[in-house]
Amino acid sequence: MIYDALIGPFTEFEFMRRALAAVIALALAGAPIGVFLMLRRMSLVGDAMAHAILPGAAVGFLLSGLSLFAMTAGGLIAGFAVAILAGVVARSTGLKEDASLATFYLASLALGVTIVSIKGTNIDLLHVLFGNILAMDDQTLLVVAFNATVTLLVLAVIYRPLVIESVDPLFLRTVSRAGGPAHLAFLALVVINLVNGFQALGTLLAVGLMILPAGTARFWSRDLTTMICIAVVAAAVSGYAGLVLSFQTRVPSGPAIILVATMLYIVSVLFGRVGGIVRQLFPGRHLEA
Amino acid sequence: MAALHFHNVTLGYDRHPAVHHLSGEVAPGALVAVIGPNGAGKSTLLRGIVGILKPLAGSIHLGGLDARDIAYLPQSVEIDRSFPISVFDFVGTGLWRATGLFGGIGRAAREKILGAIASVGLNGFENRPIGTLSGGQMQRVLFARVLLQDASLIVLDEPFNAIDTKTTADLLALVKRWHGEGRTVLAALHDMEMVRNHFSDTLVLARGPVAWGPTAEVLTPENLIVAMRMCEAFDDSAAACAADDVSSRAA
Repeated sequence: MIYDALIGPFTEFEFMRRALAAVIALALAGAPIGVFLMLRRMSLVGDAMAHAILPGAAVGFLLSGLSLFAMTAGGLIAGFAVAILAGVVARSTGLKEDASLATFYLASLALGVTIVSIKGTNIDLLHVLFGNILAMDDQTLLVVAFNATVTLLVLAVIYRPLVIESVDPLFLRTVSRAGGPAHLAFLALVVINLVNGFQALGTLLAVGLMILPAGTARFWSRDLTTMICIAVVAAAVSGYAGLVLSFQTRVPSGPAIILVATMLYIVSVLFGRVGGIVRQLFPGRHLEA
Repeated sequence: MAALHFHNVTLGYDRHPAVHHLSGEVAPGALVAVIGPNGAGKSTLLRGIVGILKPLAGSIHLGGLDARDIAYLPQSVEIDRSFPISVFDFVGTGLWRATGLFGGIGRAAREKILGAIASVGLNGFENRPIGTLSGGQMQRVLFARVLLQDASLIVLDEPFNAIDTKTTADLLALVKRWHGEGRTVLAALHDMEMVRNHFSDTLVLARGPVAWGPTAEVLTPENLIVAMRMCEAFDDSAAACAADDVSSRAA
């Protein structure tokens, strides 16, 4: 009975196994990126970038139909273009980077929806906006796994400067020139992982599997390494439970995954060991020293 | 060979000078206090020395020092105290020169980090997140990092602001230890008593240099009055400075 509900779907159906593999790859790479996004106070930047990917993916869709490969390539190009343009506008004018990003992503979203509507149907639009993790073919799965691997390798290379730049940017500037390149590499990783998540969860929810587990982890640890591990586990668990939920009910897979991640987040906000609400309301007697 | 050589240097923002036509040398191993009223250009000068700010005119020579040979303790630290990093790891970043991107932190390095934390009197704080420290403890942590940087030129921007007397005394002892080890130390300060008692040389700055030399000769009431009279605001409609070869003084 329990076996049928929790493991059965994956032994029985290949598309469920593929979906599970994809979601674990997404969790491994996306969650650490999410932790850094959160700690660098860039959570909403991630969200804005996710929208920016849309027109690129839409152009890919326009050129070669629902080919995930073409849409990925388009998404990467559009994401980088918007990230760089927003950075340039922010640096060459007085506009803050978040404001200039907001402008670009609103324009991108409008443009993307327009492009998809020109050729496709409403179903296509839904697919682009919310993804379909149950439709993973071999090629797509390989792309997802490849992007995840690249992400972890690059993150290992830029880890030290990225951490120092997050804590004390001025210090890093005085001892090394690695700060700028590390920041750019990090932005590139954000784009890569958003495109990755876009396959499974669509443009609107892709950032969810990065940010929500990161937020969850924040309530359980004060240590960066532990935080990243917790975030990865939370993301993988959300993916698995979301797939089961969507299999057993009629909830679409992408929203199901994000809803489970949200549940974990809410539980953490309430009961988290570090700054959770219950802990704050009932802190126990104060200590001696 | 001087550790630092200012060649008619002007530093500032948006073409407005904050340090105006400064020339002079700092001898290797000197212990120099930089004093002056708020807005006199002390921080600007130090930022110029460490290379964060490019001079508007003139140049600063570091006597063959690399940027990595300089340890800089800024006044308003942009440290994100909420970032989950322990005192040990944070102080350890001071070893950047030795470890760079990938260098491992071996047993010797760990000993060094623990030693630095002990020298600033923070034994037992190694695993505390930096977010839980008090202002004075954080300043001690920053000094520990400077200690690890093992720099031949140490630049401190108002390092004793908002710090109690005990901590100030401890940290001042570290500064004198650096001086004893032959390192060049520059510090922007406000406490005249401390400057008089502990710093051999003093630069009185009020946008332009007012006086520079042995503390006993420079730290006179006359010089301080001149410095205090400095006009703080930039003149938005100021003309381009013509005195490019003459060293001018702020009125």
